[in-house]
Amino acid sequence: MHDENFDPRIIGFFCNWCSYRAADMAGTARMNYEPNVRIIRVMCSGRVDPDFVMAAFAKGADGVLIAGCHPGECHYNNQNFKTMRRYALLKHTLRAMGVEDERLRLQWASAAEGAVLARAIDKMVEEVRDLGPLNWPENWDTPPEVEDAIRMMEAEHAEALEVTA
Amino acid sequence: MSGNGSKPKLALYWAASCGGCEIAVLGIGDKILDITEAFDIVLWPVAMDFKLHHIEAMEDKSIDVCLFNGAVRTSEQEYMARLLRAKSKVMVAFGSCAHEGCIPGLANVTTHEDIFQSSYHDKATVHNPDGVRPQLKTEVEEGTLYLPMFYDTVRTLDQAVQVDYYIPGCPPESNRIWEALTAVMEGKLPEPGSVIGEKSTVCDVCPRIRTDKTIKAFKRTWEIEPDPEICLLEQGIICCGIATRAGCGALCPQVGSPCIGCYGPAEGVDDFGARMISALASVIDSEDPEEIDRIIASGIPDPIGQFYRFGLAHSRLRRTSLRGALHRRNAQGEVQP
Amino acid sequence: MKRISIDPITRLEGHGKIEIFLNDEGDVANAYLQIPELRGFERFCVGRLAEDMPNLTNRICGVCPEAHHIAATKALDALFHVEPPPTAKKLREMFYSIFFATDHTTHFYALGGPDFVMGPDAPASERNIVGVIKKVGMDVSAKVLKMRHDGHHLLKLMGGRPVHPNWGLPGGVSRGITEEQRAEIERLGRDAVEFARFTIQLFNDVVLKNSAYVDLIVNDAFTHRTYNMGTVDANNKVNFYDGMIRITGPDGKEFAKYPGSEYQQHIAEHVESWSYLKFPYLKDIGWKGFVDGPDSGVYKATPLSRLNASDGMATPLAQEEYERMYDTLGGKPVHHTLATHWARLVELLYATERWVELATDPEITVGPFRVLPTETPTEGIGQVEAPRGTLIHHYKSDERGVLTHVNLVVGTTNNTAAMNMSVRKAAKGLIKKGEVVTEGLLNTIEMAYRAYDPCMSCATHSLPGQMPLEVTIRAADGEVLHQLEQYLPGR
Repeated sequence: MHDENFDPRIIGFFCNWCSYRAADMAGTARMNYEPNVRIIRVMCSGRVDPDFVMAAFAKGADGVLIAGCHPGECHYNNQNFKTMRRYALLKHTLRAMGVEDERLRLQWASAAEGAVLARAIDKMVEEVRDLGPLNWPENWDTPPEVEDAIRMMEAEHAEALEVTA
Repeated sequence: MSGNGSKPKLALYWAASCGGCEIAVLGIGDKILDITEAFDIVLWPVAMDFKLHHIEAMEDKSIDVCLFNGAVRTSEQEYMARLLRAKSKVMVAFGSCAHEGCIPGLANVTTHEDIFQSSYHDKATVHNPDGVRPQLKTEVEEGTLYLPMFYDTVRTLDQAVQVDYYIPGCPPESNRIWEALTAVMEGKLPEPGSVIGEKSTVCDVCPRIRTDKTIKAFKRTWEIEPDPEICLLEQGIICCGIATRAGCGALCPQVGSPCIGCYGPAEGVDDFGARMISALASVIDSEDPEEIDRIIASGIPDPIGQFYRFGLAHSRLRRTSLRGALHRRNAQGEVQP
Repeated sequence: MKRISIDPITRLEGHGKIEIFLNDEGDVANAYLQIPELRGFERFCVGRLAEDMPNLTNRICGVCPEAHHIAATKALDALFHVEPPPTAKKLREMFYSIFFATDHTTHFYALGGPDFVMGPDAPASERNIVGVIKKVGMDVSAKVLKMRHDGHHLLKLMGGRPVHPNWGLPGGVSRGITEEQRAEIERLGRDAVEFARFTIQLFNDVVLKNSAYVDLIVNDAFTHRTYNMGTVDANNKVNFYDGMIRITGPDGKEFAKYPGSEYQQHIAEHVESWSYLKFPYLKDIGWKGFVDGPDSGVYKATPLSRLNASDGMATPLAQEEYERMYDTLGGKPVHHTLATHWARLVELLYATERWVELATDPEITVGPFRVLPTETPTEGIGQVEAPRGTLIHHYKSDERGVLTHVNLVVGTTNNTAAMNMSVRKAAKGLIKKGEVVTEGLLNTIEMAYRAYDPCMSCATHSLPGQMPLEVTIRAADGEVLHQLEQYLPGR
């Protein structure tokens, strides 16, 4: 599904020490990259609770990008390994729920790797644009026929004979 | 029907549920007489003969407390939820189905159409171009018969009407039910919107010994005979106690079975599966992405069932995607893999 | 035509309504028992782990989760091609006997019994367990409450929780019992046997000595001559946990006997558009409509059916009561639906005796309580008698034990056609022209289905996947337009 007017909305969780600085660097160097990622700065990618990712999709995000320091370079020693494992479990679960793989991405980028980050963002935006909007809340829509069915039930009750004790 | 006018009125109703909550209420034993002394029970289909028209005839807000168990997935159940909400001062989502969808909520991996489609169309020997199936309205010789409409998505009670309190558990243990009813009788309810129950997790009350968790592989319950004293998760069995609200007394681990999460998420947890993911990510002992993927694939072949057994309907995503790969059908109406 | 609606039906497990149509003379033209529920277990259990099924299927019904738990566990044994050790089987059967006794007690005192103890047209506010407790007095009530309490206490002791056990595994159970626990189980079992005898005495005094009730029991309005189904052991005695399925005809003669794994060869299902529930019938006879008799495929699987389909009870006190029941009611088979309440009490007695038999078995505390499966899972069928009828769980899985196919034939579902017929016949028999229709009268009609102890939560688990099906499309005037079939033999 390739809608020309669709502009993906991607939520980005970027860690303060590496990836956020990489994004900063990309901006300072006036690198061009797609503007679709709403960046939320966290102190460490390990701060990203899987619930944030679920909530982002539930609230209408088309994609989620988690960015952190390379494994072995985490400012807080080892927390990005947790990120790695949470990401693997999230991917596995979201796939079963019917969310396409391309909509969740984990990207390592050190503070100097603005270009790497920019390219990753471009690639993700293109992939999500190709998939189309996720619009997850649409899955919960109640069909309008429900109200008709309820009214039919009320009429059915009113129509039956009164039986008193 | 109204009896002594000054006793507060109590209604118990069941929607898409199994009756276990009813049995749990009966499990309070002789205290049932204390309940009938304190309250006028005006609706309780499992045990009493009050009918729908009795409720429809009541004034709004004349029922003091309604314990509503069961999820909402038909137009009839929606109607009853709205009716009882209008007639009741306090509406309680009683038990896991009303609170978070419970096992009936697992129907959110499929659709109403899918269920009917597999039974009436997909079998090669069925010739059924007009799609015969149970109907909302059937004209029989004598008149018209009605059936309620089915939703694709099972809803929790608070996704249908405003809920004042939640009592978790599948079913809630009888002693907890008695505690909650006592709180109602004594007017000592917490803030509206609260879950009436414990706040921390099952691990807090589980007697098994916990030391270090370093999991190289998850085990299915039929793959090992676990040590009865040691934490099940430490032995590789996925025990949902890590995310589940306490309140049952950790009964299942005490007979050798892992917690399956029936009391719902602990206080402060919005998505049960997200909490399971978080906790399991902490104990998987690997830093190699390929090894991590292998551990997950072999130990968690069913993330929906293993992470959202009771809470799918109340999770952040609530159901599987209706538009995505799971339900694509080709022009002939056949489900695509 | 005018329509009377009984909505919801009460004092059963599950949801339903009865629609009664009156013609201009005030007679009943027809009555329909509609079930407005459907859950989809067979569909949403696909993709789940096989070992989750004892826990998932528990939630088909909170009154009889143990039936599903054990049927599921047996299906897992078959799926994984693993034979549990003898002690595990005995533990499961003992657990099952305790459950049966507790469930039958709940039905008699809380669900069906109040009609007899309080009277079918007592005020609605008194026609319930609370009314019964107040009427029979605290001594008797204490016995009832103790029985239910003991039963759930032991189910929790063995299975983990008083409702929805978490205990069954392919190859055995998750935990055995200690000698101390065994002694308690035996002690409470002996109490239970006394309670069962007491209940039969109560039934005698309150029901059998009341000529109005006896008239109701043998009244033609509550009588159907159908086939009967149950599970029997090698001696053709009633067994709840294991055995062959046996069907006897309206004349009492054996019609069929087969293992649970062959269920699809014997049962087909009919569909009506006014109920989500389907109507099973015997394939070999065929669907002839909501009629009884030897030429109609309608059958029942209730406690009365089990007794009708057997040659007796395997324990002495229950056998005595079995003989007394048939002597009193004029010999086998008995077709009076309300006599099901009596048959249920015979089963209650058997369940308590069997409970004690197993609790005093020298092997019951001797491990091992499980073996680990070694073979790759493929397909398996587990069968038990649920309190409300024969129950079958049928699973197929991939090599990881993830389910690919689930089919469930649930106790109450066996009886849906007969229940509908019972309601119709009772309505026609009790509402006649000029009769004032009161709530008490409607309740007497409800007694027609209450005898079956229906578990509509069980019955509405799903639409089955590959069950033989027959679908009828009717015109507005009732004329049959189309008949569609699948998987029916010889057609």
